Amino acid sequence: MAEQIKVIVFALGNEEYGIDVDKVRTIERMMPITRVPKTYSFIKGVINLRGVVIPVIDLRGRFNLVESEYTDQTRIIIVAVGDMEVGFIVDAANDVVDLDRDNIDSPPEVVGGVKAKYLDGVAKVGEDRLLIMLNLAEVLNRGEVAHLEQLED
Amino acid sequence: MDMNQYLSMFIDESNDHLQSLNEKMLELEASPEDIGIVQVIFRSAHTLKGMAATMGFEDLAALTHQMENVLDLVRNDKLKMQNFIFDTLFKSLDALEAMVEDITQGGEGKEDVTAIVASLQSIVRGEVPSGDGAASAAKDSASQAAASETPTSKEQVQLDEFQYSILQQSLAAGHRVLYIEVSIREDCQLKAARAYMVFDLLERSGEVVKSHPTVQEIEQEKFDRSFSLYFITEKDPEELRSMILNLSEIEDAKMASIDSDTLSQLAQKLELEEASAALETAPSEAAPVEVDKALVAEKDKPVATKKVVAAPSRTIRVDIERLDVLMNLFSELLIDRVRLEQLATEIKSQELTESVEHMGRVSSDLQNIVMKLRMVAIDTVFNRFPRMVRDLAKSLGKKLDLVITGAETELDRTVIDEIGDPLVHLLRNSVDHGIESIAERIAAGKPETGTVHLRAFHSGNHVFIEIQDDGKGIDRNKILASAIKKGVVTEDESRTMTDEQVYQLLFAAGFSTAEVISDISGRGVGLDVVKSKIASLGGHVAVTSTLGEGTLFSVQLPLTLSIISAMMIRLGSEKYAIPLSSIVETGIIRKEQVRNVHGSKLIPYREAHIPLMSLSRFFDATDYNEDDEEETEIVVIRKGDRLAALAIDSFIGQNEIVIKNLGKYLPQVQGISGATILGDGQVALILDPNALIK
Repeated sequence: MAEQIKVIVFALGNEEYGIDVDKVRTIERMMPITRVPKTYSFIKGVINLRGVVIPVIDLRGRFNLVESEYTDQTRIIIVAVGDMEVGFIVDAANDVVDLDRDNIDSPPEVVGGVKAKYLDGVAKVGEDRLLIMLNLAEVLNRGEVAHLEQLED
Repeated sequence: MDMNQYLSMFIDESNDHLQSLNEKMLELEASPEDIGIVQVIFRSAHTLKGMAATMGFEDLAALTHQMENVLDLVRNDKLKMQNFIFDTLFKSLDALEAMVEDITQGGEGKEDVTAIVASLQSIVRGEVPSGDGAASAAKDSASQAAASETPTSKEQVQLDEFQYSILQQSLAAGHRVLYIEVSIREDCQLKAARAYMVFDLLERSGEVVKSHPTVQEIEQEKFDRSFSLYFITEKDPEELRSMILNLSEIEDAKMASIDSDTLSQLAQKLELEEASAALETAPSEAAPVEVDKALVAEKDKPVATKKVVAAPSRTIRVDIERLDVLMNLFSELLIDRVRLEQLATEIKSQELTESVEHMGRVSSDLQNIVMKLRMVAIDTVFNRFPRMVRDLAKSLGKKLDLVITGAETELDRTVIDEIGDPLVHLLRNSVDHGIESIAERIAAGKPETGTVHLRAFHSGNHVFIEIQDDGKGIDRNKILASAIKKGVVTEDESRTMTDEQVYQLLFAAGFSTAEVISDISGRGVGLDVVKSKIASLGGHVAVTSTLGEGTLFSVQLPLTLSIISAMMIRLGSEKYAIPLSSIVETGIIRKEQVRNVHGSKLIPYREAHIPLMSLSRFFDATDYNEDDEEETEIVVIRKGDRLAALAIDSFIGQNEIVIKNLGKYLPQVQGISGATILGDGQVALILDPNALIK
């Protein structure tokens, strides 16, 4: 029996993604976001999370997916990596599943338009559900962001 | 035993002791004859040794032990303080500081101190490698004679008038008066108990008139291995001596009979000391600083510093993190308060408004207290400067006094933590470039000892720290020549520059005016770092100078970095905060007043024209553009002596805001210095006026 992990499941477009529950601080409904000028377009601004100012990122924007309107289902997942706290805007977040580490396979080159380097792997849940595990360190890598911006220019 | 829980206490106390050792050594250097100071130094060193040994830091203990040996000779008049000994002791202190620092960083406190230990040992052996050393090492015969008469220096035990007359009467009545010094074995566990047994024994055969330390202190074991006393008895000294030595763990008991002659000598000395004590206390209460200066001038030492000592108050040590937590909690309360105030005005309930107002008053008191808790006297930064300046002056062969005033001025801890290095740089700069060499000073008709004033004081919401020297001042032409050579300014620009602007060139990157580059300052990387550091603390540096008379560096710092007064403004649907400290004025201008000059907008302000900046364009605001309006509200902001106007949508009002950072993920955002949380729970960004004016 391999190691069991708990994973928060969220939706982005048609795909389902997972983040290790240990990395997630809270999940919030959409709230007013203060725009921060002169920064990357996918950084939507900052929010007040119980007295702490936290930057929020639109994950769609971060992965160069088409950004969509926010709905009732839109959630902000607050993740903590090291001493960095960041909010991810996702289409929906409504499930927690237990995973066997053995069931996580290395990811194909591109999954749902997201480059493999942002991914930890793809996990099979039940018979027909595929869960894409995010590599948070890579997603939050700022050096890589700067590079990405250059490519866009 | 697990020592970790004691470690932080050890570090704190060691630092305190090292600090007091440094201070006292400087005092002693100014008046090397004062055995009283040696006593204090000795006790500090001894305590440090004890703590270090208990904690198992052997190198630390070994070095303090050697220092103690030297000091022991000095306090017993067997050795005279002189430059070589001072230097060696100062070096030892440096080594000790390095060790404690190492321990603070989690190290073992190990350091190679064999060289210092060797030179300390040679001092103890009487090998002092200097001209006047031989004489003092051999000891003058007079003091030796005195020493044989009474075993140790009499300074240890001072008699008051009453005790003196008792002794005199006893002598007249034919009793013996003995001066006894008892030393207890080093390995003795219960010194107080042994001392008690000695007293007990003595009291059975006579009367103890006076002891040093006092009986209470001895009972509380507040003494080294020995204590001394005056004793009236009819017994034979030798008999007493053997009785005392019969007690266990007593190492030695020295006896000296005192006749009426020695007693009257003692009495004379007593009067003298009283007189000088009276002299010292009376004027020093009135004008301590001036007296210190006068004393310092008299002594004519290379460096001597004294400062006004604030009366100690009862304190407790609190973990800094707890204060930060308190601060955070309080700032949340402040946000709720603003929210409640808003609600109260909306609901228009008399009772709610009243209680919210009351809460407002309580919370501003609370705010004051919380801010005060974080305040630290700048003394903690200043106290290392006397030593630094002394060493610096010595190495440069200059003579100078550092006069510190306002060391009790308090600043927020965050500022205190950061301000040390910039001040070191400015002081070094003053000592190195400001104060002339002795020859130059004499040639200029100045006293050969230069003076550097270090002042701190409050003014409004700011703290000023000034460093003023009476040196050669700044040569405007020299700076300009150097700046033009280095391409910092052009020759045309240089003609129109004011003196203040020229002096600010000193802070330009890659600028150094010293013709000879020394290792102390003048590598050209100092002052620009100083300026940016101070700017990052929200302060700025001003320079005034008179050629030939000296230079004044004035550093202005905000009292605190965590709560500021700000003007809240609106830019369409967005709200921003502008720190009140950088706002000069607010106003309204009409469209026709704005002039276009070379593509930039200018507006008339007072007698001049200042640039008008479009905040909405700078921040790419989506729902506001001042060009659509006939009249625009403006905020005039200042950076140094440059002004600019910001066009905004409307004013909301003035508020106390709590500064928060934008989170680690966001890179430095141009024009934004942080964020704050408003009463409605939303985040507003704080403008950085320094970044807006270029």
